[in-house]
Amino acid sequence: MRQYIIRRVLISLLVLLGVSMLLYALVRSMPADFVTISTSTSTRMTDEMRDALRASYGLDKSIPAGYVNWLIKALQGDLGNSLIHARPVTEVISGKIGITFGISALALLFELLIGIPLGILAARKRNTATDYTITIFVFLGISVPSFFLAALLKYWFGFYGLNILPTAGLVDARAIYNGFSIAKLLDYARHLIMPITVFTFVSMGEWLRYTRSNMIETIGSDYVRTARAKGVPEHKVIYSHAFRNTLIPIVTLLGASLPSLFSGAIITENLFGIPGMGSMLLEASQKGDVPLLMAACMFLAVCTVVGYLISDILYAVVDPRIRLS
Amino acid sequence: MDNTTVKNRQPFDDYGSMEEAMAPESFREDKDTDEGQLFLTPWQMIIRRFFQNKLAVIGLVALVVMFLFCFAGPLFYPYSETEQFYFDKDTGEELRADSDSEALVSSILQSMIPPSKTHILGTTKLGQDMLSRLMYGGRVSLIVGFVVVLLELVLGIILGGLAGYYGKWVDGVVMRLVDIISSIPFMPLMLLISALMISMGISPRYKIYVTMVLLGLIFWTTVARMVRGSILSLREMEFMQAADAVGIRPRNKIFRHLIPNTLPNLIVTATLSLGSIILMESTMSFLGVGVGLPFASWGNMVSLVNDNLVMRDFPNLWVPPGLCILVTVLAFNFVGDGLRDATDPKMKGR
Repeated sequence: MRQYIIRRVLISLLVLLGVSMLLYALVRSMPADFVTISTSTSTRMTDEMRDALRASYGLDKSIPAGYVNWLIKALQGDLGNSLIHARPVTEVISGKIGITFGISALALLFELLIGIPLGILAARKRNTATDYTITIFVFLGISVPSFFLAALLKYWFGFYGLNILPTAGLVDARAIYNGFSIAKLLDYARHLIMPITVFTFVSMGEWLRYTRSNMIETIGSDYVRTARAKGVPEHKVIYSHAFRNTLIPIVTLLGASLPSLFSGAIITENLFGIPGMGSMLLEASQKGDVPLLMAACMFLAVCTVVGYLISDILYAVVDPRIRLS
Repeated sequence: MDNTTVKNRQPFDDYGSMEEAMAPESFREDKDTDEGQLFLTPWQMIIRRFFQNKLAVIGLVALVVMFLFCFAGPLFYPYSETEQFYFDKDTGEELRADSDSEALVSSILQSMIPPSKTHILGTTKLGQDMLSRLMYGGRVSLIVGFVVVLLELVLGIILGGLAGYYGKWVDGVVMRLVDIISSIPFMPLMLLISALMISMGISPRYKIYVTMVLLGLIFWTTVARMVRGSILSLREMEFMQAADAVGIRPRNKIFRHLIPNTLPNLIVTATLSLGSIILMESTMSFLGVGVGLPFASWGNMVSLVNDNLVMRDFPNLWVPPGLCILVTVLAFNFVGDGLRDATDPKMKGR
């Protein structure tokens, strides 16, 4: 086990190195860099001044040299300053990540709370009207474009429709709250209803399908039949015998969903005006903010790699039959 | 044929044994004479099971309708994708952009007119017919889907096949490449590439080809993983030992013996990824990364909703393309799911 983890971590480091090279090459090969974009409206800028600016931002080096420079500094823990925000990138990212993580975690909670019980229900009532209804519901969630769903919700419930829910931002712009209060919390909740509905509806299907198919498999297995034969009450058969085995793939999937907690959904955040990681990434890529983009993308890549690693290890932890080698 | 032989055979059902399914040609010919016995090839069984699945059939019908609408529709519909329409103030007649220019001078552009008899879904801001754009936009989405899936299949089969067959360092290199590509966050990558394309001045007409190639280069990893996985298990089977013993060339072993065995899985993967690619393309077009104006795509048509005025007063401009995406992706998912159930009876109803 320990050997397996060490080997996997070493491979992951190699993968991350590859990712960082590819990303840096891409980020830097944009012909219109940050200096060109940010000074394009200024008539008094000369090319010499632009070059001097580039040198001060470290954009004058060639791509390989710039990469080596970035890598050495990054390994020492210095990810540089954001060009747009003129602050250390770690500060910028940590300011945004709380919002994205909060929303995504909340959405994930709802996905699990709705998806798993519905999955169990569908498995128990297999091939009945209930099952088919749930299945069609799942397929709708998987197939609907998130931007279309968001637009429909805004159209129906937003300012131009029923006008009962706010369509943008996290708090009412006109309200002033001093410190923490129930009213502020409620305001947040009202703003989050639509974004979280979109998040939940779009990604709930995966959990539901997993739960359903695994429940069907375990319900059909011998030990469940034995439990029923010896007269264990049905709810106990389902929840403490069958469901425990279904948890294995769910826990694994949970590990792999780690990166999505931080990346946020660019579309949903953008449509609902939520100032999270998604909108930060959008702005950074439009303006060519190299350090911020590199740091944010690498952070997400690390999350992905760690997520896979965690899910593999969890798999062995929850299921003692599996031996990692 | 006497009664005893019939009795000895198991009645044929969905879970019929492989021997029956692979009955030699001579048995299959007399299927009608064999007292209700029906012999089917594995593919016939798959097709039969597929058509027993209601949702899958609904999906298939929806796809056929969509294809006819997008590819045959424009042949019968009088208006083109980018043609603009004008309104003559004096005579009250509708003018097309190719009418003689003198009349056009005194006429107004038919911008955002509500649905009417001549323009069933109304017109866009630029006075183009909405229904016609819907058809051409669908063409783009469907073509992108098929080209990308073809690309990812070719790349995935070749690289996954090599990795699974040769193992060792080939496997190591290919799988690390797969790891690297799947660790790059997708949306930021697409945003970067789009910024790159804009600054390099690639025209909207070619942007879509670049987009297709890029999507193919990113999504082959799923196919490669699947092909490699099934080849690893197939490699140990007896027919492969036989192939080894006969001394077939590795290339033939991979592409004639191993890959055809992964075909049912490949078809399912391809169908399901058609749906997700169309969803991806529409999302990218919505963000302005994919297909660019003046060319229509369902995604960039829905993006009009960012204009509050359009959202409130002109649902005829953004709801139909959104519904088209939903229906198409849903149909591909239904068909893919039906195919999975049909190719793997053990998975039925899961």
